[in-house]
Amino acid sequence: MKGLSVSKAVTALMLAGLVLLPLYSYLSGNVFILTLFTRIVILALAAASLNLIMGFGGMMSFGHAAYLGIGGYAVGMLAQEGVGSGFIQFPVALAASAIYALVIGALSLRTRGVYFIMITLAFAQMAYYVASGLARYGGDDGLTVYKRSDFSGLINLSNRTQFYYLCLACLFGVIFLIWRIVNSRFGLVVQGLRSNEQRMQAIGFPAKRYQLVCFVISGTMCGLAGALLANNTDFVSPAVMYWTRSGDLMVMVILGGMGTLLGPVMGAVVYLLLEEFLSQITEYWALIMGPLLLLIVLFGRGGIMGLLGRAGRG
Amino acid sequence: MLLVVEQFLNGLQFGLLLFLLAAGLTLVFGIMDLVNLAHGSLYMMGAYFAATFAAWTGSFLLGALLALGATLVLGIVLEMSALRHLYGRDHLDHVLATFGLILFFNEAVRLVWGPAGLALPLPAWLTVPVPILPGIHYPAYRLAIIIVALLVALLLYLGVMRTRIGMLIRAGASNREMIGALGINIKLLYTLVFGLGAALAGLAGLMQAPILTVQIGMGENILILAFVIIVIGGIGSIRGAFLAAIFVGMIDTLGRAFLPNLLRQVLSGAAASTAAPALSSMLIYLLMAIVLVVRPEGLFPANRR
Amino acid sequence: MAEPLLRVEKLVRRFGGIVATDHVSLDVASGELHAIIGPNGAGKTTLISQLTGHLAPHAGSVSLGGRDITYLPAYRRCALGLARSFQITSLLLDFTAADNVALAAQAHAGTSFRFFANARKEKGLRAAAHAALDRVGLAHRADVLVSKLSHGERRQIELAVALASKPKLLLLDEPMAGLGVTESQGMVKLLQELRKEVSIVLVEHDMPAVFALADRISVLVYGRVIASGNPDAIRANEDVKRAYLGDQHVVTHHG
Repeated sequence: MKGLSVSKAVTALMLAGLVLLPLYSYLSGNVFILTLFTRIVILALAAASLNLIMGFGGMMSFGHAAYLGIGGYAVGMLAQEGVGSGFIQFPVALAASAIYALVIGALSLRTRGVYFIMITLAFAQMAYYVASGLARYGGDDGLTVYKRSDFSGLINLSNRTQFYYLCLACLFGVIFLIWRIVNSRFGLVVQGLRSNEQRMQAIGFPAKRYQLVCFVISGTMCGLAGALLANNTDFVSPAVMYWTRSGDLMVMVILGGMGTLLGPVMGAVVYLLLEEFLSQITEYWALIMGPLLLLIVLFGRGGIMGLLGRAGRG
Repeated sequence: MLLVVEQFLNGLQFGLLLFLLAAGLTLVFGIMDLVNLAHGSLYMMGAYFAATFAAWTGSFLLGALLALGATLVLGIVLEMSALRHLYGRDHLDHVLATFGLILFFNEAVRLVWGPAGLALPLPAWLTVPVPILPGIHYPAYRLAIIIVALLVALLLYLGVMRTRIGMLIRAGASNREMIGALGINIKLLYTLVFGLGAALAGLAGLMQAPILTVQIGMGENILILAFVIIVIGGIGSIRGAFLAAIFVGMIDTLGRAFLPNLLRQVLSGAAASTAAPALSSMLIYLLMAIVLVVRPEGLFPANRR
Repeated sequence: MAEPLLRVEKLVRRFGGIVATDHVSLDVASGELHAIIGPNGAGKTTLISQLTGHLAPHAGSVSLGGRDITYLPAYRRCALGLARSFQITSLLLDFTAADNVALAAQAHAGTSFRFFANARKEKGLRAAAHAALDRVGLAHRADVLVSKLSHGERRQIELAVALASKPKLLLLDEPMAGLGVTESQGMVKLLQELRKEVSIVLVEHDMPAVFALADRISVLVYGRVIASGNPDAIRANEDVKRAYLGDQHVVTHHG
């Protein structure tokens, strides 16, 4: 059982690190690291939601960044119109994401494989263009969120530490939900559809129905990430939905290990830290990142979680 | 009237360029089953090479020819060194790996050429307005694009349909194992096909260069359009890609030309000028959504078992 | 005679210029084991695919228990009591044997839109899975990943999965394919037991098995049924002998 304990140890360490981070930030006076990790946690949430449909459901969506935008713009637009309450902004963000997922999913799931990848990509670009066209809400330049979501004293989002723990709680909550979902009746069906759709149809499961519901759940979760992200950056712009951002999310999921519960968190932490690190060492970090991705694909089966598992087994 | 004809021709020109790009993409996907996101990067390299070689040699035509050759070589090198290892793997692996390539290319270009874009000026004889109809003039260069693209499309059609190599390509698209069993050098065939795709992308890039600025990331924007065209036209179908490309090119160009005015009737000036380009860009995706609802396999899918 | 459980009438299916299913008609009575035999390429799998709903016919009809199911999608037919095994084993490779069978049971045990409770802990489903696995003699391999099972064991799991749907009619597409001698004998014994509870349509090449098991046999050649009757009648049928059982390298064209 050595394999289990190496990966378990590393994951436990990572989770502990995430929980204790604000303490470190306070003690060392390093505020930047808190902001950085807030962003990491939020994107980990987004990656986890993508992992639900990609890793467990086998649906390779290349348009997931759209939900970051939808959630973000829900907060931004409402704030602009004077509705500053988080109790309204967040539910709207979730609802909007769910509706978008429902419509896009219903259309995209009419296709399979690479078609599906291309189509989700195209729809996300469409969302990008819609956002660029909203003059009232900043268009291409984006929208500044002057006041963070107000939760009337329950929690103060302007307090960095409180905000960080909110994001972390959301991340853990989402991961918990995903854990329950994938082991439920519904989750087994979705995983079965990933494994062998023909067989599932033969035993009586209509594929589209289940995949669409999964798609909507995933999109809604990512919308939450979007709402949190807008608060974190005090800003939202179409760029957050650009298709390369969807690519980033995909990389995080695959890097961490598709179809594992904590893989996306691992992937987000490593990818974003790498990006941060490398960009400080050299401004040409993307030059390294590119081929690195290539190598990971060619040789890194199962991502980091897979690597850890193998390392333990020796 | 003048404006309509001009925009119509612009739409045709844009559509043909999109076809060149989409044809390469669909060829590579149809034959090697490879999803190549870095196709847009090859388009970008074609443009950068052309701008550079034209400046070195002082001749636009020479620069263009050299750029075409360079992109072809680049494509072949890319295939032989990296991409051929992806054949047979999950499409997701393709997406991830070629996504990494995009990052690499964008950064490499920034290293070599700097973050600002390049310009590719046209020689005087290509900027002359050509009278195509009584009273209607059209820029010579855009006309040249149309002619060249049509020629290439014709050559492509003849090549794929009428030659032995084309037959192998079509056979390969339907049944990969078969042609391997026939003793044809698959590796060489694949490399050539990829090179062809790269050359097509490079051609599209260099032809578009004088009209749009040559800049980093230009490939990504247009790559998505190529994907949409393939979805609308049907994967693996060159004919479908051609028709869909013309269609998409027309809608995009005409939309951009006439939508702002239409919108200005309804919205305020500021709102209209921001909304118009966005709406025109959206038209294509709406079209794709409609096709998906009505005919998910594309309008002209290739006949594959 | 009572209404047949399965009635296929003048089914037609083309692939381009080829008529793969050429006005095929056959009946399967309740409790019957009906075998379909024919040379390779006769269109047996095409026929099965139309019966299970994976392929739509161009003409003709299929009815199950009196109800027209000709154009019903595959997943609906299962609920009506039709289950199939695949010619090329089609299972969920990254799940255990028990998981595979339990999912089949789950499809018939209420809604699968439950998101919270752990489905693997549902006693009813696990018991049903275990029962089906026991039937095919693989209860001891329940918690093994299908990818780690042998080919023969996978064929048996296919059967268990089909059984877990509690079908009225089992469509078995070459269940003996790739089995060794002992395994084949085991499969025949299993089918002898199963036929008492469920009607079976069996597509097979294994002639001894077919003649040992079948109540009636239909012979398919070039997409047409050239003969249909009890095993003795088929054995004696000249057309069948010529086309299939006798000189196997001589396949006469039936114009």
